[in-house]
Amino acid sequence: MSDTIQSSIKETIETNDVVLYMKGTSSMPQCGFSSRIAGVLNFLNITWLDINVLADEDVRQGIKDFSDWPTIPQMYVKGEFVGGCDIITDMMLSGELDKLLETNNIEFDKDAADKVREANS
Amino acid sequence: MAIEATVIENLIKEAFPDADVTVDGADGVHMSAVVCSSQFLGKSMIAQHRMVFAALKGKMDGPNGELHALALTTKTKEE
Repeated sequence: MSDTIQSSIKETIETNDVVLYMKGTSSMPQCGFSSRIAGVLNFLNITWLDINVLADEDVRQGIKDFSDWPTIPQMYVKGEFVGGCDIITDMMLSGELDKLLETNNIEFDKDAADKVREANS
Repeated sequence: MAIEATVIENLIKEAFPDADVTVDGADGVHMSAVVCSSQFLGKSMIAQHRMVFAALKGKMDGPNGELHALALTTKTKEE
Protein backbone atom coordinates (compact mmCIF):
# COMPACT_ATOMS: atom_id res chain seq x y z
CA MET A 1 0.00 0.00 0.00
CA SER A 2 1.47 3.34 -1.01
CA ASP A 3 1.57 5.91 1.78
CA THR A 4 1.59 8.76 -0.72
CA ILE A 5 -1.72 7.61 -2.22
CA GLN A 6 -3.25 7.09 1.23
CA SER A 7 -2.29 10.56 2.44
CA SER A 8 -3.45 12.15 -0.80
CA ILE A 9 -6.85 10.42 -0.43
CA LYS A 10 -7.09 11.61 3.17
CA GLU A 11 -6.33 15.17 2.10
CA THR A 12 -8.88 15.04 -0.73
CA ILE A 13 -11.77 13.86 1.45
CA GLU A 14 -10.91 16.25 4.26
CA THR A 15 -10.68 19.33 2.08
CA ASN A 16 -13.85 18.63 0.06
CA ASP A 17 -17.22 18.25 1.81
CA VAL A 18 -18.61 15.64 -0.57
CA VAL A 19 -16.38 13.37 -2.65
CA LEU A 20 -17.37 10.46 -4.86
CA TYR A 21 -14.72 7.98 -6.00
CA MET A 22 -16.32 6.66 -9.15
CA LYS A 23 -15.78 5.06 -12.53
CA GLY A 24 -15.95 7.91 -15.02
CA THR A 25 -16.79 11.51 -14.25
CA SER A 26 -19.78 13.49 -13.01
CA SER A 27 -20.78 14.36 -16.56
CA MET A 28 -19.80 10.99 -18.03
CA PRO A 29 -20.11 8.10 -15.60
CA GLN A 30 -18.81 4.80 -17.00
CA CYS A 31 -20.57 2.35 -14.72
CA GLY A 32 -24.23 2.01 -13.73
CA PHE A 33 -23.54 2.05 -10.01
CA SER A 34 -21.37 5.17 -10.21
CA SER A 35 -23.95 6.75 -12.49
CA ARG A 36 -26.73 6.20 -9.97
CA ILE A 37 -24.97 8.03 -7.12
CA ALA A 38 -23.68 10.78 -9.41
CA GLY A 39 -27.27 11.21 -10.62
CA VAL A 40 -28.55 11.59 -7.06
CA LEU A 41 -25.86 14.12 -6.10
CA ASN A 42 -26.45 16.18 -9.24
CA PHE A 43 -30.25 16.03 -8.94
CA LEU A 44 -30.01 17.23 -5.35
CA ASN A 45 -27.81 20.07 -6.59
CA ILE A 46 -25.00 19.19 -4.18
CA THR A 47 -21.52 20.62 -4.71
CA TRP A 48 -19.31 17.56 -4.93
CA LEU A 49 -15.97 16.40 -6.25
CA ASP A 50 -15.71 13.50 -8.68
CA ILE A 51 -12.58 11.37 -8.64
CA ASN A 52 -12.33 9.07 -11.64
CA VAL A 53 -10.59 5.90 -10.48
CA LEU A 54 -10.29 4.66 -14.06
CA ALA A 55 -7.79 7.46 -14.66
CA ASP A 56 -5.37 6.16 -12.01
CA GLU A 57 -4.89 2.49 -11.14
CA ASP A 58 -3.10 3.43 -7.88
CA VAL A 59 -6.10 5.44 -6.71
CA ARG A 60 -8.47 2.67 -7.84
CA GLN A 61 -6.75 0.17 -5.52
CA GLY A 62 -5.78 2.85 -2.95
CA ILE A 63 -9.35 3.86 -2.18
CA LYS A 64 -10.35 0.22 -1.57
CA ASP A 65 -7.44 -0.16 0.86
CA PHE A 66 -8.28 3.17 2.49
CA SER A 67 -11.85 2.25 3.39
CA ASP A 68 -11.39 -1.52 3.46
CA TRP A 69 -14.36 -1.65 1.09
CA PRO A 70 -14.04 -3.80 -2.03
CA THR A 71 -16.18 -1.91 -4.52
CA ILE A 72 -16.49 1.43 -6.29
CA PRO A 73 -18.32 3.88 -6.15
CA GLN A 74 -17.52 5.13 -2.66
CA MET A 75 -18.96 8.32 -1.21
CA TYR A 76 -17.32 10.44 1.49
CA VAL A 77 -18.84 13.30 3.48
CA LYS A 78 -16.56 15.55 5.54
CA GLY A 79 -13.81 12.97 5.51
CA GLU A 80 -16.01 10.03 6.51
CA PHE A 81 -16.86 7.02 4.35
CA VAL A 82 -20.65 6.90 3.94
CA GLY A 83 -21.15 3.92 1.65
CA GLY A 84 -21.44 2.52 -1.82
CA CYS A 85 -24.29 2.41 -4.27
CA ASP A 86 -26.70 0.23 -2.24
CA ILE A 87 -26.24 2.17 0.98
CA ILE A 88 -26.56 5.60 -0.64
CA THR A 89 -29.68 4.50 -2.53
CA ASP A 90 -31.19 3.17 0.68
CA MET A 91 -30.28 6.36 2.59
CA MET A 92 -31.70 8.50 -0.19
CA LEU A 93 -35.06 6.74 -0.07
CA SER A 94 -35.25 6.53 3.74
CA GLY A 95 -34.39 10.22 4.23
CA GLU A 96 -31.22 9.36 6.15
CA LEU A 97 -29.12 11.06 3.47
CA ASP A 98 -31.02 14.33 4.06
CA LYS A 99 -30.24 14.05 7.76
CA LEU A 100 -26.57 13.37 7.12
CA LEU A 101 -26.30 16.40 4.81
CA GLU A 102 -28.18 18.63 7.25
CA THR A 103 -26.02 17.53 10.20
CA ASN A 104 -22.92 18.38 8.18
CA ASN A 105 -24.30 21.73 6.94
CA ILE A 106 -24.13 20.69 3.31
CA GLU A 107 -26.54 22.53 1.04
CA PHE A 108 -28.91 20.45 -1.06
CA ASP A 109 -32.29 20.74 -2.74
CA LYS A 110 -34.73 19.26 -0.25
CA ASP A 111 -37.64 19.47 -2.75
CA ALA A 112 -35.65 17.42 -5.25
CA ALA A 113 -34.98 14.80 -2.56
CA ASP A 114 -38.70 14.63 -1.78
CA LYS A 115 -39.44 14.27 -5.50
CA VAL A 116 -37.07 11.27 -5.75
CA ARG A 117 -38.85 9.61 -2.83
CA GLU A 118 -42.26 10.40 -4.28
CA ALA A 119 -41.30 8.85 -7.61
CA ASN A 120 -39.98 5.71 -5.89
CA SER A 121 -42.71 5.19 -3.32
CA MET B 1 -12.77 -15.00 -14.02
CA ALA B 2 -16.46 -15.43 -13.30
CA ILE B 3 -17.92 -17.06 -10.25
CA GLU B 4 -20.99 -19.28 -9.85
CA ALA B 5 -23.96 -17.99 -7.89
CA THR B 6 -23.92 -21.18 -5.80
CA VAL B 7 -20.28 -20.55 -4.82
CA ILE B 8 -21.21 -17.11 -3.50
CA GLU B 9 -24.25 -18.53 -1.76
CA ASN B 10 -22.20 -21.26 -0.04
CA LEU B 11 -19.50 -18.83 1.14
CA ILE B 12 -22.15 -16.58 2.67
CA LYS B 13 -23.96 -19.52 4.29
CA GLU B 14 -20.69 -20.72 5.82
CA ALA B 15 -20.29 -17.39 7.59
CA PHE B 16 -23.98 -16.98 8.40
CA PRO B 17 -25.35 -20.44 9.17
CA ASP B 18 -28.77 -19.07 10.15
CA ALA B 19 -29.14 -16.91 7.04
CA ASP B 20 -31.61 -16.99 4.20
CA VAL B 21 -29.48 -16.24 1.15
CA THR B 22 -30.58 -15.47 -2.39
CA VAL B 23 -27.99 -14.81 -5.08
CA ASP B 24 -28.97 -13.60 -8.54
CA GLY B 25 -27.15 -12.52 -11.67
CA ALA B 26 -26.24 -14.39 -14.80
CA ASP B 27 -22.77 -13.18 -15.75
CA GLY B 28 -20.92 -14.23 -12.58
CA VAL B 29 -19.19 -10.85 -12.41
CA HIS B 30 -22.00 -8.45 -11.52
CA MET B 31 -24.22 -10.25 -9.05
CA SER B 32 -26.81 -9.40 -6.44
CA ALA B 33 -27.45 -11.00 -3.08
CA VAL B 34 -30.08 -10.76 -0.39
CA VAL B 35 -28.87 -11.98 2.99
CA CYS B 36 -31.19 -12.24 5.95
CA SER B 37 -29.48 -13.11 9.24
CA SER B 38 -29.89 -12.46 12.95
CA GLN B 39 -26.14 -11.68 13.04
CA PHE B 40 -26.97 -8.26 11.56
CA LEU B 41 -29.03 -7.21 14.57
CA GLY B 42 -27.86 -3.90 15.97
CA LYS B 43 -25.19 -3.41 13.28
CA SER B 44 -24.98 -0.41 10.95
CA MET B 45 -25.56 -1.03 7.27
CA ILE B 46 -21.86 -0.47 6.53
CA ALA B 47 -20.96 -3.05 9.20
CA GLN B 48 -23.52 -5.51 7.77
CA HIS B 49 -22.12 -5.18 4.26
CA ARG B 50 -18.55 -5.50 5.53
CA MET B 51 -19.51 -8.79 7.22
CA VAL B 52 -20.76 -10.18 3.92
CA PHE B 53 -17.71 -8.94 2.00
CA ALA B 54 -15.51 -10.64 4.63
CA ALA B 55 -17.41 -13.89 4.09
CA LEU B 56 -16.50 -13.76 0.39
CA LYS B 57 -12.85 -14.16 1.39
CA GLY B 58 -11.12 -12.04 -1.18
CA LYS B 59 -13.29 -12.99 -4.14
CA MET B 60 -13.88 -9.26 -4.66
CA ASP B 61 -10.33 -8.07 -4.07
CA GLY B 62 -8.45 -6.00 -6.56
CA PRO B 63 -8.18 -6.13 -10.32
CA ASN B 64 -7.91 -9.94 -10.17
CA GLY B 65 -11.01 -10.42 -8.03
CA GLU B 66 -13.49 -12.74 -9.69
CA LEU B 67 -16.49 -10.74 -8.61
CA HIS B 68 -16.64 -7.09 -9.66
CA ALA B 69 -19.88 -6.00 -8.08
CA LEU B 70 -22.32 -7.46 -5.62
CA ALA B 71 -25.51 -5.48 -5.15
CA LEU B 72 -26.20 -6.28 -1.55
CA THR B 73 -29.33 -6.21 0.58
CA THR B 74 -28.90 -7.22 4.20
CA LYS B 75 -31.76 -7.76 6.60
CA THR B 76 -32.18 -8.91 10.16
CA LYS B 77 -34.71 -11.66 10.72
CA GLU B 78 -37.23 -9.16 12.03
CA GLU B 79 -37.24 -7.00 8.90
